[in-house]
Amino acid sequence: MRQLRYRDALREAMIEEMERDDRVFLIGEEVGHYQGAYKVSQGLLERFGERRVVDAPIAEAGFAGLAVGAAMVGLRPIVEFMTWNFSLPAFDQIVNNAAKIHQMSAGQFRIPVVFRGPNASARQVAAQHSHAVEAFYCNVPGLYVVYPSTPRDAKGLLKTAIRDDNPVLFLEGETLYGIQGDVPEVGQEELIPFGSANVVREGRHVTVVSFGRPVPMLVKLADQLEQEGISMELIDARSLRPLDTATIVASVKKTNRCVVVHEHWPYGGPGAEIVDRIQREAFDYLDAPVLRASNLDVPMPYALNLENEVIVTPERVRAAVRQVLYLD
Amino acid sequence: MSKVLDELQTMYRTMYLIRRSEEEAARAYSQGKVGGFLHLYIGQEAIAVGAEAAIEKTDYVITTYRDHGVALARGSSPRAVMAELFGKDTGLVRGLGGSMHLFDAEHRMLGGHAIVGGHLPLAAGVAFRARYMKESFVTLCFLGDGATNIGGFHEGLSLAGLWKLPVVFICENNRYSMGTPLSRTTPLADLTVKAAGYGLAADRFEGNDVIVVRDRIKLAVERARSGGGATLVEVLTYRFRGHSMSDPGKYRSAEELEEYKRKADPCALARNQLVASGIAEEQIAALEREVEAQVADSIQFADESAPAARSSIDAFAYASGSSV
Repeated sequence: MRQLRYRDALREAMIEEMERDDRVFLIGEEVGHYQGAYKVSQGLLERFGERRVVDAPIAEAGFAGLAVGAAMVGLRPIVEFMTWNFSLPAFDQIVNNAAKIHQMSAGQFRIPVVFRGPNASARQVAAQHSHAVEAFYCNVPGLYVVYPSTPRDAKGLLKTAIRDDNPVLFLEGETLYGIQGDVPEVGQEELIPFGSANVVREGRHVTVVSFGRPVPMLVKLADQLEQEGISMELIDARSLRPLDTATIVASVKKTNRCVVVHEHWPYGGPGAEIVDRIQREAFDYLDAPVLRASNLDVPMPYALNLENEVIVTPERVRAAVRQVLYLD
Repeated sequence: MSKVLDELQTMYRTMYLIRRSEEEAARAYSQGKVGGFLHLYIGQEAIAVGAEAAIEKTDYVITTYRDHGVALARGSSPRAVMAELFGKDTGLVRGLGGSMHLFDAEHRMLGGHAIVGGHLPLAAGVAFRARYMKESFVTLCFLGDGATNIGGFHEGLSLAGLWKLPVVFICENNRYSMGTPLSRTTPLADLTVKAAGYGLAADRFEGNDVIVVRDRIKLAVERARSGGGATLVEVLTYRFRGHSMSDPGKYRSAEELEEYKRKADPCALARNQLVASGIAEEQIAALEREVEAQVADSIQFADESAPAARSSIDAFAYASGSSV
């Protein structure tokens, strides 16, 4: 397979879907003439013109709501948030309109909108630019929430998101944009369905479940633990709502131990949801309580040494793994 | 009968239908047959009906939680509207939305929306489609005076102005945002000055005469349809009931209410216009009897319909399928 960067994979997905369907358009701040704050939309304006690559003013509630309204009457917008932190002024549009109109109208109006952008910390951008939003949005029925960690998943999930008739929240990672990975050749179309987790690495002693940005870090950690005699199975949930409970539970039934790793804050959220599903469906298979390794429970600090401590670290994951194995 | 008179009679009929439906809905609410919130349109009928007369069936309308009048004016079935208030499976949205969320795709009614100001960006988005697909439909967006201070209002107008979207924002100024008079929520006496900040055209008038409403809204609709962009229209009106059924309206005097009812009842005004135009009293009474029967039928239909279906709980949270 060819190698592609995560941001280029996202761009390819948008190009293919925009070429396939004239109703698909991209709207957001700096997506056109500026070529995208993180260059995900680079070249799209030249390719599709101002009709379909729409630079919006700084008005998230306005253009997120505009997308929902356009979707009610048959268009299929992709909304780029410069970061998911900026979705918060549009929270009402996402939660009260995008998520609920299909149900409130008894299915008369569909909301095929993709909201996408980088989630969580972009490194040293301080508290207001570093929030991991999945815990808010996964709580809302009517939304799908996905968070790819590889270029291949980024492309395959984004294509699925654009074709889906429901509002999809598509979380990316600023520090994932530059990573390279295998992506199927052009012409070999791949649509990755929602609700399907990926067993990144098979192992025997412990299951680690994660999603989004921590996943590449966990691949390295699995290598290190292997050398220490610990065989770690790594599952990338990829899709948080719907969540592939079956794959996670099957793994835990095999390893009997589990650590859930996430970047969102520890109070609730999909991390806690995964733990709950495991205790309900694999209770008799567990040899230790399921532990979580996450960001520390404080707003994100600016200084690099402090931020490195607050974002979930490999050391904290390692400690949790050793704890469920009763090694310490 | 002349075409003009025929149209006035049709408008009066719809206004009277709204008036009587609302009165019966209030009665049903007091009998415990309607739950939750019930925001009545009584006193404001000329606006929904006049605006409807200014547009085509192929145009779109979106409104607030005070939405029964707009739905009926668009042509939604009185039975389905009443059944929705009653929480029945035969309701317009199968008992999932209730009074505040009347959606009717067939009649291009894009809903009652219950977060103040949150639907203005949606209206801009509907109008965006017309621009994107080079279509000629216009979008009407009703809002209350209480919406003019919240962010959604400003961002919706901002985008509509920027892209010259074919949308008409109709602010029904009934002088109170819930229980607070306008004088305590804004320093402005004229809300349309806000239009200038976003490059919108503006219009402002008393909205109790249905013909005036129709003709003035038509100007804004024609501007939108001909590429002249969006308009903010402020229509002065008065609601004769509380904000919702739970509001006894103690923030305004009985004298003020009686004064408006006497001078500015849009239904009475339209009826008087019919009489003045030479329509026989008996003809008007016959039309009213017809409406009474229709309203009674809608109540009976709602009463006798099956409750909302258990299966609806799961059926609509997500749309099935995709565009694949």
